[in-house]
Amino acid sequence: MMMNSTATKVLAAIGDYLVLIVSVILVSFRHPPRLSDIRDQLYEVGVMSLPVVAITGFSTGMVLAAQSFFQLSDKGLASATGLMVTKAMLVELGPVLTAFMVTGRVGAAMCAELGTMRVTEQIDALRSMSVDPLRYLIAPRFIAGTLMLPLLTIFSAVMGIIGGYVIAVDYYGMPPNTFLDPLPVHIKTFDVISGMVKAFVFGIIIVTISCYRGLTTSGGAAGVGRATTNSVVICYSVILVGNFLLTLALNGSYDYINDFINRWL
Amino acid sequence: MTSPGDSSSERKPIISVSNITKKYGTLEVLKGLSLDVYEGETVVILGRSGVGKSVLLRQIIGIEKPDSGYIEVEGKRISKMSQSERFKLARSMGMLFQGSALFDSLNVSENTAFYLRQHERLSEKDLKQRVSEALKMVGLEGTEQKMPSDLSGGMRKRAALARLIVYRPQIVLYDEPTTGLDPITAMQINELINKTKQELKATSIVVTHDIRSAMEVGDRLAFHSDGKIIVIAPKSEFLKINDSKLQAFFKNAILTKENLGYS
Repeated sequence: MMMNSTATKVLAAIGDYLVLIVSVILVSFRHPPRLSDIRDQLYEVGVMSLPVVAITGFSTGMVLAAQSFFQLSDKGLASATGLMVTKAMLVELGPVLTAFMVTGRVGAAMCAELGTMRVTEQIDALRSMSVDPLRYLIAPRFIAGTLMLPLLTIFSAVMGIIGGYVIAVDYYGMPPNTFLDPLPVHIKTFDVISGMVKAFVFGIIIVTISCYRGLTTSGGAAGVGRATTNSVVICYSVILVGNFLLTLALNGSYDYINDFINRWL
Repeated sequence: MTSPGDSSSERKPIISVSNITKKYGTLEVLKGLSLDVYEGETVVILGRSGVGKSVLLRQIIGIEKPDSGYIEVEGKRISKMSQSERFKLARSMGMLFQGSALFDSLNVSENTAFYLRQHERLSEKDLKQRVSEALKMVGLEGTEQKMPSDLSGGMRKRAALARLIVYRPQIVLYDEPTTGLDPITAMQINELINKTKQELKATSIVVTHDIRSAMEVGDRLAFHSDGKIIVIAPKSEFLKINDSKLQAFFKNAILTKENLGYS
């Protein structure tokens, strides 16, 4: 009781949040949710996000190509354009931007939906009918988020490479081979794995933070609004900081990952 | 707690609430509340809004836990039940929420079928049969495809009741069933509560501040004040009880010329 009450609350919230992550993982394995519930979420998180992820990936790829070409060509490095675009899309911008778009489109909706269910007693109604909200509501979203984020990231990266190709080759007149030839040589399995690991972790972050904020909403419609804004801001911050830490960790364990790749893939 | 001459005092209570307390932050909502409910009866808990009547129902159905004290159902403490016992218990209980708490993403028939789909393996035909029986009982035939947002307050209450009676719980808890409804719709809900009791032979607890509703549906009436049940008596004796807080509650609830400002 001597502790600052704000600090206590923050610590308690972080504790609750970690408990939520552990319980949702346990539930997903022990009492997997129904396939139809998972399917609905896969559709909602994955398929419905395709247009916005396509636009994000494509335009980012175009910008990357335009800038790389513009910045590098007077230094005689224009041939690195394709490599710049591809590496950036696979390892950094693809995962982060996809996670941002999914946070805005899916995470916010999850938080608002669960928050509304919370304040209108629908979550209580579930529990009164002995349905575990964790299994019925959270686990399908968790599974869909962790599966779909890597897939959406690949899609985004591919769209980015296409966008880059269009700008470099069709707009700046770069020979197609100059753009494409370095790719198979310099794009490593490590890059792809690095991007996928990031996307997977971002999927966990988005779904769990959005669901946690939704489930802990109080204070009616205004409370739902606050919770949603709050969850989006927290997701963005955690994704950015997490991305930095993941980059350090993945690059730091380059040798181990490469060993693993050489042995198993 | 029971008044002298109450014949139910010799039977064993099906729900027994003993001395429970609950605090939210610094706000003490329940301060050692005790209540016995016997099989097949309807106990109405009257009291002013915001004094923790709903909290009691949430404790009984197990959504929240009391800080101290305990609740027994059929002689077993809820807090000491195994997971499967608790699950079994939850299946024999149902609660009608104040705001109906229908699932907004599902239509009326999916809402009604929800419990059966989650817990019972029924053929589509049997499922449909059970759902339409339940909807018929509450007078909502023909609204199967409507979404909750398209329903009026009274219809939402009835749909929520259908969602509950479809799995035939033996203990039904009603949280402010008539609050916010016009007098005629409120009457219909009262009739449905009585009908539910008869059809399911259920034990019911109704929490309300609507005295009219209490007189319609209750076998015994209780008055909740300051986090405790301060009076409980059979309906016929309840109005005569001489308690200053209870009398004050009555005085303001009944339409008199004075209350309406026509003195």
